[in-house]
Amino acid sequence: MARLTLRFVALAYLGVLLVVPVGVVFYRTFEHGLGSVYDSITTPAAKGAFWLTVEVAAIAVPLNAVFGVLAAIALVRGRFPGKRLFDALLDLPFAVSPVVVGLALLLVWGVDGWFGGLGLQVIFSLPGIVLATIFVSLPFVAREVAPVLREIGDEQEQAAATLGANGWQTFRRVTLPAIRWGLVYGVVLATARAIGEFGAVSVVSGKISGETETLTLLVEKRFQNFDLAGAYAASALLAVIALATLIAMTVLNKRREDTT
Amino acid sequence: MSVAVALRPSRRAPSGALALGLSTLWLSLIVLIPLAAVVARSVDGGMGDFWASATTKQALDALQFTLIVSLVVAAINAAFGTLVAWVLVRDRFRGRGFVNALIDLPFALPTIVAGLTLLALYGPRSPIGVDVAFTKVAVAMALLFVTLPFVIRSVQPVLIELDREMEEAAASLGAGPLTTFRRIILPNLVPAILSGAALAFSRAVGEFGSIILLSGNIPFDTQVSSVYAFKQIESDNIDGAAAVSVVLLVVALAVLLGIRGLERWRA
Repeated sequence: MARLTLRFVALAYLGVLLVVPVGVVFYRTFEHGLGSVYDSITTPAAKGAFWLTVEVAAIAVPLNAVFGVLAAIALVRGRFPGKRLFDALLDLPFAVSPVVVGLALLLVWGVDGWFGGLGLQVIFSLPGIVLATIFVSLPFVAREVAPVLREIGDEQEQAAATLGANGWQTFRRVTLPAIRWGLVYGVVLATARAIGEFGAVSVVSGKISGETETLTLLVEKRFQNFDLAGAYAASALLAVIALATLIAMTVLNKRREDTT
Repeated sequence: MSVAVALRPSRRAPSGALALGLSTLWLSLIVLIPLAAVVARSVDGGMGDFWASATTKQALDALQFTLIVSLVVAAINAAFGTLVAWVLVRDRFRGRGFVNALIDLPFALPTIVAGLTLLALYGPRSPIGVDVAFTKVAVAMALLFVTLPFVIRSVQPVLIELDREMEEAAASLGAGPLTTFRRIILPNLVPAILSGAALAFSRAVGEFGSIILLSGNIPFDTQVSSVYAFKQIESDNIDGAAAVSVVLLVVALAVLLGIRGLERWRA
């Protein structure tokens, strides 16, 4: 009986907080039929926002994947003074408010910023959005790969090196296959975060429709312009991406458990 | 990139240094230098100016509300998160795998969508007639939503690893389920609950996207620090935004270091 009560309370909490609200958004999205949803996510502004979002993620995530693997190798295999500090600083993007991220980029890349004298158009254009996205999605890959590296140890890598493999060969043939599921998992998390970032991007984008407006910014703009149906439709698109992420995470988790 | 050569003892230092050098460079360029710029800007006009900007009435009120609501949210999710983790690990029911996958939804869902989602159910057009939009409750709900997974995901692995024999021993010695939980299970979970709650707290303090639509941003009522800073940027008061940002940064750093300390205590 107590067990059932606990189960009920736990599921009710999840229902009230997660399931029902998300269900309502999908209901509101489709209450006027599929046609109007299709129309509002295929307007030029929506299409532009979608492809910009994809482009930004396609630049930010691979860069962070390379960095993440390097950082994980440095953290796990390296021995250097200040390792603990490096480890702690790596988590900063998880803890810093998105607004602070946006402000930070303004102060560095804005016209009066530290690097403003270089004359690069960063703020209110694509590079600014990309930099903000890289910032917020930076630690995911490193945080997923590092524990895997720690677990596999370095015996196989040493064996490969003893047998004459050079560094790159050892990495590609021994290390990379061993960390691949951790790497993919980190990439999935980073991609979801990259697509969903709002606050930091909101500060640096300038929100020019069709040019620097990402999907999340489109949701906000439509909401502020009282285009609720349009905001719901764009939200539903993002929610579908989120659900796909969840499925990918679940499948990958199973895969990881099977291989270890 | 001779990364793995690090393993050959003779060459360990130089190539480990390559991975370290590149990743430090990347971290500095993307994260550390921009954050340093915020700190530098906040004290540009001296400590007096910084203090004045950080402690205006509105900024202080927003900060106070932010910290209190984040604490409350972290506490609620510590309790419910522990409960959900327990149900997911110890209970057996159909759809358990599905519920387990669902927990990560707040991590996967964009924050602005989370805000809109809650507004659809608990806003002016609520199908169940509950309208909390633009109140403190709405802010708390948004924060509960986005911080839900932290405690669950931190407690779950500890519960799975927990030795059942101790509980059985306690039960055989006559302890009821409540006593067993309080005296045997809970003490083992406390570090995990605390570090999950601390993560939830630090996320809540900086949260922006899910709140912006829900809070109505009413000064001295529902305005949180991150939204306050955002409004200062919009109205070109960069000094004010930088000062509040530094305060948020300090809170984030303190929590981060606190969690590190906790983890060392756990290990």
